Amino acid sequence: MWALAGRALRNASRRPQFFVPMLVFPSLLLAANTGGFNRTTALPGFPKVHGFLDYQLAAAITQSLLLGGVSVGIAVALEIENGFFDRLIASPIPRTSIVFGRLAATFCIALVQVLFFLVLGLIFGAEVQGGIGGALLVLLIGAIAGTGFGGIGMSLALRARNASLVQGIFPFAFVILFLSSAFFPMDLLRAPADWVAAYNPLSYIADGLRNPIIAPIDAGAVLEGLAAALGVTAAMTALSVYFLRGRLREP
Amino acid sequence: MPAIEAVELEREFKGGVKAVDGVDLAIDAGEVYGFLGPNGAGKTTTVRMLVTLLRPTGGSARVAGYDVASQPDAVRRRIGVALQEAALDPLMTGTELIELQAKLHGIPPEKVKRRGEELIERVGLVEARDRRVGTYSGGMRRRLDLAMALIHEPGVLFLDEPTTGLDPVSRMTLWDEVRRLKNEGTTVFLTTQYLEEADQLADRVGIISDGRLVAEGTPAVLKGQVGRPHLEIALADGGDRERAVEVLASFGAPRPPAEGFELAVTVAEGATEIAGIVRALDDAHMTVASLELVEPTLDDVFVEKTGRHLEGAGETDDAGGEPAGSP
Repeated sequence: MWALAGRALRNASRRPQFFVPMLVFPSLLLAANTGGFNRTTALPGFPKVHGFLDYQLAAAITQSLLLGGVSVGIAVALEIENGFFDRLIASPIPRTSIVFGRLAATFCIALVQVLFFLVLGLIFGAEVQGGIGGALLVLLIGAIAGTGFGGIGMSLALRARNASLVQGIFPFAFVILFLSSAFFPMDLLRAPADWVAAYNPLSYIADGLRNPIIAPIDAGAVLEGLAAALGVTAAMTALSVYFLRGRLREP
Repeated sequence: MPAIEAVELEREFKGGVKAVDGVDLAIDAGEVYGFLGPNGAGKTTTVRMLVTLLRPTGGSARVAGYDVASQPDAVRRRIGVALQEAALDPLMTGTELIELQAKLHGIPPEKVKRRGEELIERVGLVEARDRRVGTYSGGMRRRLDLAMALIHEPGVLFLDEPTTGLDPVSRMTLWDEVRRLKNEGTTVFLTTQYLEEADQLADRVGIISDGRLVAEGTPAVLKGQVGRPHLEIALADGGDRERAVEVLASFGAPRPPAEGFELAVTVAEGATEIAGIVRALDDAHMTVASLELVEPTLDDVFVEKTGRHLEGAGETDDAGGEPAGSP
């Protein structure tokens, strides 16, 4: 498993065209949102925050992690297309190692992504109200959620076996992101978006990431975020393993 | 105990398409078995079942003594696999790929480097070892693929169309390596659509068509089943054809000559009879302008068994096949 994780990490560093957009696009959206919507903090129902940048950091992190999921999906689909995946399957290693190896690398990359946005935020004036402990919680929730999003990408790749198809399907994840409380508080969303957001795990992940940044740590929000991230990761890992085993039965 | 054994092996895909339909195999340890057939005949599907990448939907198969369906991990530990198209990661270097493969096969870390270096040297990739595989030529990729398949010193090696698309020099290099593996006692299951490749390398050949094994045996026996070799002869200045026929009658049955030749005679012993025939014609004051020994080919066998030619049959010369002798 660790050999495969090491390979995935090395390849990520050699494929900047996959890695850079994960950081650049959410940064641009963060800049645009912070500049264009900063007065929304004055709206009734908006929580008291140090600045709109602080509030939007969680959205940028979640978006970046979702893009990380796309990268995982495309990387796995490309391996299936070029036959390298068959080499792994023909090796005497547990099938689960193939999934866990890739997801272990995704966990490490997600840590880098979260750290990048925390540092970016601090550079441009954001403050982490939860202190170092809060920052560590953001890293933990983010890395787990990123692993779960990687699991979504991997499941899609194992099912579709086609990189273009994975790339085509994944934008729906961003629709789901906008139907969550990642960008604006749930209280400011109108029906049916508020209803969707209430059941959307991305809302709880984004709120869990946001809480230690905008306020002293609230155990409830953090635990909900952690639970949602763990839930997505567990479900998507199981789905990936299931689809991988299905590959052996199908053409 | 055969190194590879299949009994009524079947694979049916969605829609009821049977890619492999009741294939029986019994391949001895140390044997090079050529699995010959056109595209879509069922070669790759058979290999994918034997290397545990695909579950059979009928019948059974054992490789290195283990059942491919119920003991896939035991099979994987004992086989080397080089699949079609040399599936390599273009972002990794040759050394990195070999070392990864070694780790996947559980080779102890202290042996990984040494074994990797040995194989890199064996396949002639020392200078390219630290370059990314994306920069390798087709022949280099195939050689690296072969090295990776050999990292754990498998007793059974599966090579799925290892030379398809390669230039003649790269093809010869791989042929030499297969011969070397045979000398070392490795069982090699080689799928190919090149007749010359099967003829040159395989101890026995199995011909598959539409998912069924239609012929099996040594190349010589298979070719012997469809006819004996014959000699096409052209005489200088036209010569006395009737007199020549009389002379040749003592060597074998006459047959219609091909275009550009005046005479043709079946020669049961093949090339060893050429000298006697030329001498007899010379004694009868006839000069041979040219002659050509025509051997039955595996394509003839394929035509005999299936009623159609094998794809790639016309590529045998490109594959390094030598034309039949002429004086």
